[in-house]
Amino acid sequence: MTNRTVLVLLDPATEVRTSTLELLTIARGLGRVEAVTLEAPTVEVLAQLGAYGIETVHQAEPARDGACVSGDERHLPAVVAAALAAAVRLTDADVVLLPTSFAAKEAAALASHELGAGLVIDAASVREADGRIVAGKRVFAGSWDTECAVTTDVAVVTVRANSAVAQPVAAAVEPVTEGFAVEVAPSPVTLLSREVKADTSGRPPLDQAAIVVAGGRGTEGDFGPVEDLADALGAAVGASRDAAFEGWWDSYVGQTGVTVAPRVYIGAGISGAPHHRGGMQASQVIVAVNSDPEAPIFEICDFAVVGQLADVLPQAAAEIRKHKG
Amino acid sequence: MRIVVTAKYVPDINTDRGFDDGRVVRNAGEGTLNELDENAIEAALQLVEAERESGRIGPSDGEVVVVTMAGLDGDVALRKAFQLGVDRGIRVSDDALAGSDYFGTAAVLAAAVRKLGEESPVDLVVTGMAALDGLGSVVPTLLGAELGLPTLNLAMKVELAGGVLTITREIDDVTEQLSGPLPAVLSVTDSANQPRFPGFKLIMAARSKEIEVWSPADLGLDPAAAGSAGARTETLSAAPRPARPEVELVTDKGEGGVALADFLIRNDLV
Ligand SMILES: Cc1cc2nc3c(=O)[nH]c(=O)nc-3n(C[C@H](O)[C@H](O)[C@H](O)COP(=O)(O)OP(=O)(O)OC[C@H]3O[C@@H](n4cnc5c(N)ncnc54)[C@H](O)[C@@H]3O)c2cc1C
Ligand SMILES: Nc1ncnc2c1ncn2[C@@H]1O[C@H](COP(=O)(O)O)[C@@H](O)[C@H]1O
Repeated sequence: MTNRTVLVLLDPATEVRTSTLELLTIARGLGRVEAVTLEAPTVEVLAQLGAYGIETVHQAEPARDGACVSGDERHLPAVVAAALAAAVRLTDADVVLLPTSFAAKEAAALASHELGAGLVIDAASVREADGRIVAGKRVFAGSWDTECAVTTDVAVVTVRANSAVAQPVAAAVEPVTEGFAVEVAPSPVTLLSREVKADTSGRPPLDQAAIVVAGGRGTEGDFGPVEDLADALGAAVGASRDAAFEGWWDSYVGQTGVTVAPRVYIGAGISGAPHHRGGMQASQVIVAVNSDPEAPIFEICDFAVVGQLADVLPQAAAEIRKHKG
Repeated sequence: MRIVVTAKYVPDINTDRGFDDGRVVRNAGEGTLNELDENAIEAALQLVEAERESGRIGPSDGEVVVVTMAGLDGDVALRKAFQLGVDRGIRVSDDALAGSDYFGTAAVLAAAVRKLGEESPVDLVVTGMAALDGLGSVVPTLLGAELGLPTLNLAMKVELAGGVLTITREIDDVTEQLSGPLPAVLSVTDSANQPRFPGFKLIMAARSKEIEVWSPADLGLDPAAAGSAGARTETLSAAPRPARPEVELVTDKGEGGVALADFLIRNDLV
């Protein structure tokens, strides 16, 4: 083990997502891990961090012109970035790991700009080689594997979900929360409103789920069969951009939507356009249901059914429920 | 209203993309204007047109300038931008710029914006949400930081009133409204607008329109600040992934769903 310090961003600090546990697991392979938050972690969150070996949580106390930055503003990328940069200086950290969300990418860019740090976006692996941080990335719609080394002293890396299997430590520890002051530069940008979509579906988040079932134009607007199979599998539900733009579902998979890399991706009534493939082709196993035997998505599938999704999906769901008992 | 749009030349996503010697292969004829930068161009054109319609500027005032950092091939992207109706196209080129990382790219684009600003003030810089080759989505943020301008990212809705830009964005599971005064940097998503189709007259005119070529020296930039010399990451390897095994294809004759479930169960995926 090296004497590196690795900071992991925990934002929000009110829940620990599976992707954060994966980040903590990857981080442990690089050095001593500490968490950075912008609000007080809950008791449950602290217990989870402890189970993953986190001894110190650095809680930023951001202020601008002497006034405390509070509420929604704390999640603004500029504020998160200021906190990360200050935490790196405070702890003399070598590596900062963040999840791959659009907000985290923005914070990662600003923090590395401030620190003069090298930046890798959307890594699928992070390791140390010859004293440098080396990140692996899958690019061009999952068709190429690349590795790059960060050549600066500090490395900032966003890591996509499902890049590791989350592994707690053998003996849990009790994390200590330490506050630290962060001076945030005056901002010319005003946050007028911020609304977090409440998820009442009980399904895992699309970007983190181990299984994703996605519906396209072929559903003709009826996502019932897609949801049925997803629920039998405990999966997240996604869509193609066309289906989302029709208003049939709110989040879509693809290059400009959500990038997913689950264990299993099931696409129903989706043709497999390059833009869509760019956001799911790194999935481990790909399954498709399509009425057109020539559908392009079949080219990248492991298993496919040529048929009507309204027949195939409910039957598969029933069969899986039977199997699960 | 004077707007600079940054636009990238990228390999067409409908072709086989790959690497050679750690760098993205960019073959003339197989590259295009990054599709998402068409949304940036559209946003810029619409803002200028709205100013003209409202009478705030004269019918022939206002300018949209497109800047790309690329080799000679990048002209393909600029010609496409001309077809859409932009007024000027600038390519920043130099062998020393090859291998630039996000920071180098942002530094070069920022220097080009500054140089344009010396000619006459730039009100707004518009970018796409991501380059479809690397999908980084960080150059806009870095460009804003380099220029020290308010940065409004990933807009799906853009409004300009009284010199203040207000955007709505839906990122991850959060909907936000942000505003900032001009001059600013703005990145737009593919839901922000529907890029126009080029008109016949513009297509004809685009063929012979002059492309301005600037070097890092023209921008007062030390070439070592960008390119592989200035990069903070170094590519170690790039290899194509092994082809997927042949697809197992079942035609539904009443048992397709059972077959699908069976595939998942026997592969321990349930
Ligand atoms: C800049 C840009 C970015 C884009 N980004 C994205 C992105 O991020 N994500 C994305 O998804 N798209 C994106 N797109 C759109 C993309 O190019 C395709 O248009 C879109 O993915 C197609 O959606 P689809 O597969 O649902 O529809 P279609 O291509 O119309 O395919 C529908 C499929 O359903 C099948 N079908 C029909 N009826 C049935 C039935 N009863 N049972 C089973 N199958 C049936 C058909 O055979 C067909 O294959 C982008 C486009 C652009 C220009
Ligand atoms: N080499 C380049 N030349 C011009 N614009 C670029 C270049 N690279 C990135 N951009 C701009 O930055 C946006 C986001 O790119 P990226 O951060 O690389 O995903 C693109 O949509 C372009 O507007």
